[in-house]
Amino acid sequence: MSVIYVLLTVSVVIGVAFFVIFIMAVKSGQYDDDYTPSVRMLFEDELVKEPTTTSKQTKTD
Amino acid sequence: MENKTCFHCGDDCGGHPITFQDKSFCCNGCKTVFEIFNENDLTCYYDLQNSPGAIPKEIEGKYDFLSQENIIEKLTEFRDGSIEIATLYIPHIHCSSCIWILENLNKLNPNISDSQVNFGKKTVRVTYNADTTNLKSVVLLLSSIGYEPYISLEDFNSGKQHINRSLIYKLGVAAFGFGNIMFLSFPEYFEVNEFWLEQYKPVFRWLMFAMSLPIVFYSAQDYFISAYKGVKAKLLNIDVPIALGVSVLFIRSSIEIIFDIGSGFFDSLAGLIFFLLVGKFFQQKTYNFLSFERDYKSYFPIAITKIDTNGNENSIQVYDIEKGDRILIRNEELIPVDGILINGKAKIDYSFVTGESQAVSKQSGDKLFAGGKQTNGVIEMEALKSVEQSYLTQLWSNDVFNKNKEDGFTNITNTISKHFTIAILTVAFIATAFWLFVDASKAMNVFTAVLIIACPCAIALSAPFTFGNLLRIFGKLKFYVKNASVIEQLAQINTVIFDKTGTITSNKDSNAEYDGESLSDSETIVLKNSLRGSNHPLSRTLYNILQEHNIITLDAFEEHIGKGIEAKHNTVNMKIGSASFVGSPNTSALLNTTVHVSSNNIYKGKFTFYNSYRKGVSKLFNQLKQHFDLIILSGDNEGELENLKKLLPTKTKLIFNQKPEDKLEFIKYHQSEGAKVLMIGDGLNDAGALAQSDVGIAISEDVNVFSPACDAILDASKFKQLYSYIQASKSAIKIIKWSFVLSFFYNVIGLYFAITGQLEPVVAAILMPLSSISIVLFTTIATNVLGKRLE
Repeated sequence: MSVIYVLLTVSVVIGVAFFVIFIMAVKSGQYDDDYTPSVRMLFEDELVKEPTTTSKQTKTD
Repeated sequence: MENKTCFHCGDDCGGHPITFQDKSFCCNGCKTVFEIFNENDLTCYYDLQNSPGAIPKEIEGKYDFLSQENIIEKLTEFRDGSIEIATLYIPHIHCSSCIWILENLNKLNPNISDSQVNFGKKTVRVTYNADTTNLKSVVLLLSSIGYEPYISLEDFNSGKQHINRSLIYKLGVAAFGFGNIMFLSFPEYFEVNEFWLEQYKPVFRWLMFAMSLPIVFYSAQDYFISAYKGVKAKLLNIDVPIALGVSVLFIRSSIEIIFDIGSGFFDSLAGLIFFLLVGKFFQQKTYNFLSFERDYKSYFPIAITKIDTNGNENSIQVYDIEKGDRILIRNEELIPVDGILINGKAKIDYSFVTGESQAVSKQSGDKLFAGGKQTNGVIEMEALKSVEQSYLTQLWSNDVFNKNKEDGFTNITNTISKHFTIAILTVAFIATAFWLFVDASKAMNVFTAVLIIACPCAIALSAPFTFGNLLRIFGKLKFYVKNASVIEQLAQINTVIFDKTGTITSNKDSNAEYDGESLSDSETIVLKNSLRGSNHPLSRTLYNILQEHNIITLDAFEEHIGKGIEAKHNTVNMKIGSASFVGSPNTSALLNTTVHVSSNNIYKGKFTFYNSYRKGVSKLFNQLKQHFDLIILSGDNEGELENLKKLLPTKTKLIFNQKPEDKLEFIKYHQSEGAKVLMIGDGLNDAGALAQSDVGIAISEDVNVFSPACDAILDASKFKQLYSYIQASKSAIKIIKWSFVLSFFYNVIGLYFAITGQLEPVVAAILMPLSSISIVLFTTIATNVLGKRLE
């Protein structure tokens, strides 16, 4: 067997994998709102800054 | 006098700021919001932005309808046991602090488990525990912190919205196929005759074939469908030659690899569809925060309070209102049906409907029309009609609202494609006939080659990229256009019709002119101070117009509802109000609104209110008059006739007293005479005219607030730029024509290879992307130059 089959398989599998990831990302609504997440990301620092009581803010969903 | 600004909302605190923790607030509402945030460790909100909040409104009783099961059912997008999810539209969302506070709702109410903001759409998606809290308390919480959701009849009907992402999927499939097929074609491009590449050629080719299948049958399906529809309707639209080219490419390539004749054109095929879809995607500019499809449903409330025969108050759905029902309208609520005022002091703001900003006072027994907003306390009214049959809403039963404007319009690309398709088919047949005599073996080859190379990718891309880019440029300049075809239609306009109130006049400030004996200083001070104490809309307007004066304490102040104000300070005793109340000597009826003034029972004079026209109206009309017929179509009386005549070019037609239906019919008539009409309006009463016209532009002081269904929304501050926007649309058409010339040039080169029978896959693979990319570059650069000139 030639190595070319292996190489072709690998390249197609990688291509398909990226394609599937892209479709999944679109489906999950990741591209519907392209502004809010960029702001939300910055707030994660701000929240840690308040060590008032015990409740530590984690946004998990 | 130094005024502090509110720590929460940034408004002027006036003379008596409320101080709390060394911070000043303009009202108790703002202070309460600060307290709420303070208690919950959320004061970080104020670090993010200065004065980010809005003034919270009185909301008592307003949201009672949210406890009704059937309304909750319609408004929530998910309900299962204790978990409910609702997406609420909050017009006030405007900065990063808003995102922060709204995503921290769980700190204010532990029963809210999650809240997520979509800044572009100005919505927040709230997940909460329905056992321990409910939709109503979530909405009340939002309102109390200054983020009042806007719940309208539209939410009731729309249900769960479906987002169509099929174009992105198609683009993804095409991009995947294009990239991989390109890689697989490389050995063929360089004609490497190495032994082992030669041996595995079929593997490469069949792989390419496999990858092209989803591209042809999924990504390109819209072109086939549209071409089929076009042919069926005997129209040679641009999709006909595209579909023809794609099918010939696919069939010829498949035959080539099946019989091992050559490598086929799979790379060009994938590239072609990929570029076409990119063009389509680029043209799709959507403004999430705007809606061009609004009808009365977006303005009207979802439920209203009904008073039954026993005097009990119930929330009922607006659609359930029947003739004869007693209904209660609270302050700031919209009247949903035509009816008669039973009791309460009505002060109705019809600005949604007519664009007129001055509120109208009504007495018990007067008729109230749907669409007005009560601005002064609670009133009771009796419904005379149901929602759909009311004066205003009836307009929407007109056929014009069910028509799609794009249907009857042949766009520039399709106009050219008719000639193009015929020309290409002629060339193909002549070339084939020629080769049949010279070398019959090559005839079929040449025939397919012509159709492949002539596939009008570059032509099909010109318009999407030009218009798509111009849509973005317009968007930056606050002219929000619905889609590309609107720009095309705008370029063909020959008649411009304006609404008056709210369109060429400004809602925000009106002008008042004083006519009579001049007032002494002390009288002016009393006048200003007595106006300060009054809540009548005319008083508020006049107060804002008068210059700054010292604030004094009046000795006596009395407001006579429906008549005027009486105020006393030292020796000055003033009466301000209607002619009869003040004791005006002449009571001749005037069309304009007036406020009369007397001092110590001596009549002094009157303030006459004039519409204040937008800046640059006159200049704009003078620019427009050279190219277009100009008409003013107003629903008002002729009070402003003389003023308008002075202001506008003489050839402008002025037509008054037009009902919403009249406006629509007027435009219809002119269109039947061959006019291409641009209608510019603002209120719901223009909705019919905006829909009937070829291009309907809604003027809006604040684009986040509502505007009627239209083709484009123009920010009021850019009103005077209108002429240059129309000119830019015309230039865009010119750019497209030039890029057609450019793509014909590529086609001629390609046709040379095709007709002489030497079209190699590599030539096609170079020529196609080259022509597409150069068209994209040309149109983008040209429109950007155009945009620079607009700024």
